[in-house]
Amino acid sequence: MPWRACWYGASPAELRGQVPNSVPPSTSHQVSLWRRLTDWGATGFAILAAILVLVPLLAIFIYLVIKGVGSINWAFLTQTPKPPGEVGGGMANGIIGTGLILAVASVIGVPLGIGSGIYLAEYGRNRFGDIIRFTADVLNGVPSIVIGITVYSLIVVRQKHFSAFSGGVALGIMMIPTVARATEEMLLMVPNIIREAAYGLGIPRWRTTLSITLRSASAGVITGCMLAFARVAGETAPLLFTAFGNQFWNLKLNQPTAALSLQVFTYAISPYDDWHKQAWAGALILIVLIVVAVAAVRIVTARGTLKGA
Amino acid sequence: MSDSVDPMNTPEPIEPLPKPVTSIPSLGKVEPLRSAPKSTILQKIRQSNPASSRIPDEIFRWIILLSAVSVFAIVVLVVWELVDKSRLSLHQFGLHFFYGHDWDPVNDSFGAMPFIYGTLVSSFLALLLAVPLSIGVAVYITEMCPQGLRAIISFLVELLAAIPSVIYGLWGIFVLAPLLRDYVQPFLQKTLGWTGFFGGPMYGLGMLAAGIILAIMVVPVIASITREVMSAVPQNQREAVLALGATRWEMIRVGVLRNARIGIVGGVILGLGRALGETMAVTMVIGNRPEVAKSLFAPGYTMASVIANEFSEATGDMYLSALVEIGLALFIVTLIVNALARLLVWSITGGTARPSA
Amino acid sequence: MGVGIEVRGLNAWYGKNQSLNSIDMSVPANHVTAVIGPSGCGKSTFVRCLNRMHETIPEARAEGSVKVGEMDVYGDGSDPVEVRRRIGMVFQKPNPFPTMSIFDNVAAGLKLNGFRNRKQLNELVERSLKLAALWDEVKDLLHKKSGASLSGGQQQRLCIARALAVEPEVLLMDEPASALDPISTSKIEELIFQLKQHYTVVIVTHNMQQAARVAELTGFFLMGSLIEYDKTEKIFTTPADKRTEDYVTGRFG
Repeated sequence: MPWRACWYGASPAELRGQVPNSVPPSTSHQVSLWRRLTDWGATGFAILAAILVLVPLLAIFIYLVIKGVGSINWAFLTQTPKPPGEVGGGMANGIIGTGLILAVASVIGVPLGIGSGIYLAEYGRNRFGDIIRFTADVLNGVPSIVIGITVYSLIVVRQKHFSAFSGGVALGIMMIPTVARATEEMLLMVPNIIREAAYGLGIPRWRTTLSITLRSASAGVITGCMLAFARVAGETAPLLFTAFGNQFWNLKLNQPTAALSLQVFTYAISPYDDWHKQAWAGALILIVLIVVAVAAVRIVTARGTLKGA
Repeated sequence: MSDSVDPMNTPEPIEPLPKPVTSIPSLGKVEPLRSAPKSTILQKIRQSNPASSRIPDEIFRWIILLSAVSVFAIVVLVVWELVDKSRLSLHQFGLHFFYGHDWDPVNDSFGAMPFIYGTLVSSFLALLLAVPLSIGVAVYITEMCPQGLRAIISFLVELLAAIPSVIYGLWGIFVLAPLLRDYVQPFLQKTLGWTGFFGGPMYGLGMLAAGIILAIMVVPVIASITREVMSAVPQNQREAVLALGATRWEMIRVGVLRNARIGIVGGVILGLGRALGETMAVTMVIGNRPEVAKSLFAPGYTMASVIANEFSEATGDMYLSALVEIGLALFIVTLIVNALARLLVWSITGGTARPSA
Repeated sequence: MGVGIEVRGLNAWYGKNQSLNSIDMSVPANHVTAVIGPSGCGKSTFVRCLNRMHETIPEARAEGSVKVGEMDVYGDGSDPVEVRRRIGMVFQKPNPFPTMSIFDNVAAGLKLNGFRNRKQLNELVERSLKLAALWDEVKDLLHKKSGASLSGGQQQRLCIARALAVEPEVLLMDEPASALDPISTSKIEELIFQLKQHYTVVIVTHNMQQAARVAELTGFFLMGSLIEYDKTEKIFTTPADKRTEDYVTGRFG
């Protein structure tokens, strides 16, 4: 095939003479030392970064165990706090209180979250659904203290007292976006064929969604719920002026209630040594609770990442 | 059949097919289903009037819609309460609120500058530390890590995100702060004291501690998004760079990071959003003094911290209103930052990735 | 300017599966050699072993002797980075760098190798684009358009220019025109014909007519082995091996 003059206007022979003597890119046949060093350096930095990031993780867990284990005893787990300054007492009311508040939170967060997730997946593949989706992401990003302010203003002020209920509402609100997102994702993964099979059998839409689609997605939805649960279990800021904390036992929803995270906070910033020790113990229990929840999730569903936690 | 069809080499005409058999003689006629048992599920479904499921369907739809709308309602309520309860302060101080230095509850005079300064400085310090570390970890996990280690390390990095803020604070007070006070701060003062950022008394607690703790908390956010956008870069880009004769780092730099840079920026901004709103850990280590100081060793105060510390003890409507106004400002800033971040990340991953906030 | 390639006893594995069985092949300098065969026969693997791209896949490895000119690709002191600079590669799907302009795309390899001088870069980019028959079409758009904004055929020629910029001695092409329309394909084929003056070209193709059009020598691969390697004319008219004959006459593959 003859070369075409219109392409580069010169024959290969002419071309060879046309371009000035270009120096080959590497005059030596070796990759330059600088390039080797940067490659090496970058690898080293990446490894260093991984180590530096994991060191605090390790340190936190080690300190929690070392400093916390010693203070966990039967008294700690069964008694309420002693007056400030006195040695002894425990965080039993905080453990129970946390349970109470989280129960309220779950009652609010899980149904609303799953409901929103169902809406987004089954009915909301449209403009309005996009708005809701965006709103859920906005809610996810609202600082927890701001949620606290809102619930204080909406509930605590009106009721004129702090309460476990308001604390639960605050945490429940924080659970909703995580649960909704997980539910939506899981429902979208259920193939349409299954829904169609159900419709074809004459099963009404509401039944299909609940008994069939949601059931297929249940593992992932449960994961989402437990991740949301784990996330809010450790929250302190929204409880500061909703549940407020309590030195004594409280099982009533309309009274200020102790929570583990609040107690850890209060004890940690106090000037008392004994309380510092108890703070570590409380923190250890808190983290054990969370890790157990997350581990249970992983075992039950054998899934990958902790998105949303 | 069109005339242009030319059957290949068929000399014989095609015989028309015989009429299709409509009944198979040996089986006899098929009886209609009259004698089937009455209580099969199939029958029940066939019998049920489709219209009768309309009402439950509608009810269900409304319930579901209500839950979805509740999300919207909650956000509206948040905005409403914030604006409503800060009205007093907004009216009284106007824009002066945001650059006034004076936080004086006794005299009902409120200027939020120290808190804005504290929030911004602690967050940017956190980013300064977290961004190189996060990208480094992400590069390590995605491009350099041996296959077996990958799952473990990425799990551990995400575990960092699961630790509650108050526990970071606890660790910060009793482990990090003494470390800073006894080793790191003297060292920094000796070597870099001339810059003016490392002067003054060394308490351990202060802006530096807050920045470090925030950095640790923000790394998992930035790292996970960076990993996601790096994985989204197609393999052929990496190969294209390698084939030109590039070292591994050069391949990562030109073939991956360069393509993913918009998403990485999005991840960094999301990390910023997280840092801005972080409350407990910062409150516990920052020293809680409303001052603007150049030195990183000095105590500071952030917007979230002042609300956390003073809200439940706020006497007086103006005091409370000022605090709520700070909350409103915090809300607006995090809203903008988070929206920007999501926009950037979605532009890379095509709207499918949902970054953890 | 091109050099010959001597392959002796090349074996390659993906994990435990052997994909190349003791290949012996001599590719002459400044000629176009085609590698043909049915899907999965190892032709892409073979070519990727020549510039040590095969080993970038996890759990993949290669053993044997590959000599390109006087460079021993798998020798003890051999550096994959340098090997890949001297043996250029063009991929099946055009993969220009989307975040870079046309100029930066071509200059990418040069910058990596330490070329900073603006004047030199300009000259070399122009030369590469001329060699790839793309200069006239993009000479006014060098800095204005991104690499990914060109048409498919132009993108592939851009990738060729990018590969040629670092002055390789061999150009490997893995089904370079299979993702392109017929007009772009014919432009690429004409380009290959020109390129062999300067380079040794090895082209993988599943399109036998393409091999017949551009290549002087053809190697037929089947299930990891080199079945027959001879002048293209001979392979397609009087192949020595029955399997070759079956493939080129379309009885399988």
